[in-house]
Amino acid sequence: MSDTISTNQPVDKTTNGSPKPTSPNSDLKFDFASFWEYSAAPESSDFVEIDPKYNHFINGEFVAPVKGRYMKSINPATEKVLCEFAEGTSEDVDSAVKAARKAYDKTWPKLSGKERGKYIFRIARMIQERAREFAITESMDGGKPIRESRDVDVPLAAAYFFYYAGWADKLEYAFPGRKPKSLGVCGQIIPWNFPLLMLAWKIAPALATGNTVVLKPAESTPITALKFAEICKDSGLPEGVVNIVTGAGQTGSEIVNHPDVNKIAFTGSTKVGKIIQKTLAGTDKKFTLELGGKGPNIVFEDAPLDQAVEGIINAIFFNQGHVCCAGSRLLVQEGVADTLIQKLKDRMETLIVGDPLDKNTDIGAINSKAQFERIQQYLEIGLNEGAEMYQSSCNVPENGYFCKPTIFTNVSQSNRIVQEEIFGPVLTIQTFRTPAEAIEKANNTPYGLASGIWTDKGSKIFKTGQSIRSGVMWSNTYNKFDPTSPFGGYNESGMGREGGLHGLYPYVKF
Amino acid sequence: MSIAEIPDFKQTIPIDKIGVEERVSRLNKRSIKKESKLQALKLALSMIDHTTLEGKDSEGKVIQLCSKARTPYAPMPHLPHVAAVCVYPNMVATAKKALKGTNVKVASVATAFPSGMAQLHIKLDDTRFAVDQGADEIDMVISRGEFLKGNYSFIFDEIAAVKEACGSAHLKVILETGELETLENVRKASDIAMYAGADFIKTSTGKISPAATQPVTLVMLEAIRDFYIETGTMVGMKPAGGIRKAKEALQYLVLVKETLGAAWLTPEWFRFGASSLTNDLLMQIVKQETGVYQSIDYFSND
Repeated sequence: MSDTISTNQPVDKTTNGSPKPTSPNSDLKFDFASFWEYSAAPESSDFVEIDPKYNHFINGEFVAPVKGRYMKSINPATEKVLCEFAEGTSEDVDSAVKAARKAYDKTWPKLSGKERGKYIFRIARMIQERAREFAITESMDGGKPIRESRDVDVPLAAAYFFYYAGWADKLEYAFPGRKPKSLGVCGQIIPWNFPLLMLAWKIAPALATGNTVVLKPAESTPITALKFAEICKDSGLPEGVVNIVTGAGQTGSEIVNHPDVNKIAFTGSTKVGKIIQKTLAGTDKKFTLELGGKGPNIVFEDAPLDQAVEGIINAIFFNQGHVCCAGSRLLVQEGVADTLIQKLKDRMETLIVGDPLDKNTDIGAINSKAQFERIQQYLEIGLNEGAEMYQSSCNVPENGYFCKPTIFTNVSQSNRIVQEEIFGPVLTIQTFRTPAEAIEKANNTPYGLASGIWTDKGSKIFKTGQSIRSGVMWSNTYNKFDPTSPFGGYNESGMGREGGLHGLYPYVKF
Repeated sequence: MSIAEIPDFKQTIPIDKIGVEERVSRLNKRSIKKESKLQALKLALSMIDHTTLEGKDSEGKVIQLCSKARTPYAPMPHLPHVAAVCVYPNMVATAKKALKGTNVKVASVATAFPSGMAQLHIKLDDTRFAVDQGADEIDMVISRGEFLKGNYSFIFDEIAAVKEACGSAHLKVILETGELETLENVRKASDIAMYAGADFIKTSTGKISPAATQPVTLVMLEAIRDFYIETGTMVGMKPAGGIRKAKEALQYLVLVKETLGAAWLTPEWFRFGASSLTNDLLMQIVKQETGVYQSIDYFSND
């Protein structure tokens, strides 16, 4: 925590409207901590084997990097090194692309759809079989709470493989009257917020449609992708169909620039997305970009407020706020703002921040030191912009990168903390008076990935939904995912859709 | 409280059932282990309203019940006694006598329990009789038919009248949520009961299925929280019926802890209306303390 930031500011009752002077108990507080504390309930990680050193997975084999350079993966909750992994250079990327090309020319698209589906189903089942190991690894490598990796990341990753396995032999029905053909070699670059899940979003549709893959996981979270490589090997997947090259931005750039890659799928920051788009301009490579967001979560005064509070918590504190579709801007109708904010603050007091492997942890560690520092910077920016910060009074561990759940009130649309993606457990709260004002504020950022709307009135959901430019709109819920549902963004949030039938399009030509 | 501060009960507070169920399921994921588990098991034991409400109840049965309430498990005399026994009005005197010299309270159902289908003066007589017999707490039922007709002032006035008849006895208002059906109704009935003077709100009679459920309990706890913020008055909560296992009891305690906080985690403000729960709690406590499960035959069925 930076010295300049007070971590437990008193609740200012005069904020966001008038206090209730007639109330006899305007200082009534709920005490969520002093009695009956939950004992530690850590998930045992004893049986999870993480190798001290990982190599690239190319052509069905783990191979050392040509230049022999390795990077380190850190557990953000302990700041200890978990393992070393290969740093991919142009030579490594080239041999991965060659392997993928060979597999594309010789085997994979030549198999029948049913046969390809068989492998993908097998991969899905093997992820389920190793679910616990994957969940624990994901939490150790990325800092996310085990509750989420166990209940969301890993089961959903398996679900995406199951779903696209089903499409493999039904492609002719997916595009009636047209004959879909595969593209070739797909270069895929995934982020660190949902390492295994993003891998599934990328690899499953690519394989189902008959493409081969060179995938690069993020440099702070490579381990589950390398464990996935073990699954590819064990499942008997033909060699070269899936290749995994590890490394940082430079390695990703080698993949994007490789002349023999037919398609790029990227999930990550808008900044890198723009660079990729510039690089690809004038080439015939297809691409999909899934980039940043600054999701508006709109609460109308007729909303079920207690459930809306839960939705707000889910929207911004899920995965420490490292979610591109996070509901990071709360827009609340003025009449219920005071009540809602007080409920939200009370609810924040019950969030447990700490050891990602503890089953009771709600908010784990910030993924990396760099991201931690970035969030701290934004907290200072917010304070300097005159916003009022409130953080829950929880304790955070001494070691590791932890950030208390934070909300900013008294912010305006022009503030940087409202306009820019923070990618952390930081929520800005604005009020609005009319639906038109809510829509205007919701749309007034360069992004357009996801949004939420809370009201008891069905027609209002549809009317508002039609006017909000975002790829996803959740009503009376937030951050729900399903393999059958397409996902993607408007404007600077990207282009192309992943998931569902729509997620097949970027991997086929006609 | 002035009339002006009483909300308009014709207005409905929207509640999203799916959201409530999701919240409950997330709270159920809390992992209660080791010391926190033992502490919670003992706490739950101390919160039980040990209940017998059957047509075949006799003095003998009630005396046995009281004996169990006082000393739930003789081999472990350090265990807390339960909070209260809950009986029909004509058994109150027997229970009172059997519990003399202990802190176990006697609760009596009243007001034409369980249906509430009687005239007000009969309900009030029923209440006064139970109080005269020595009941410390009165568990009344609301008139669900009138509630579903939208006759909210009837419900309010009835509760207020029974509260007056209770005198110094605590009033628990049974909403019979299984007959109210929607969570919005549960919330509304909770608000009416609290504004009319309830000391406790209680889910069910135990005679209707579904009885207590966690989503219903969560909605009632949230109503208590909002009432507390609005008025500064604490109201207690009693889920009753259908809670048989220690594990469920711990899940209920998590609901209380994370909705209302530590102040409500005492028998003064939270009760379980149950009968078979007592033995499951005892079995789990013995398991925690000795490391081995005992046969159910080691625990008396009272």
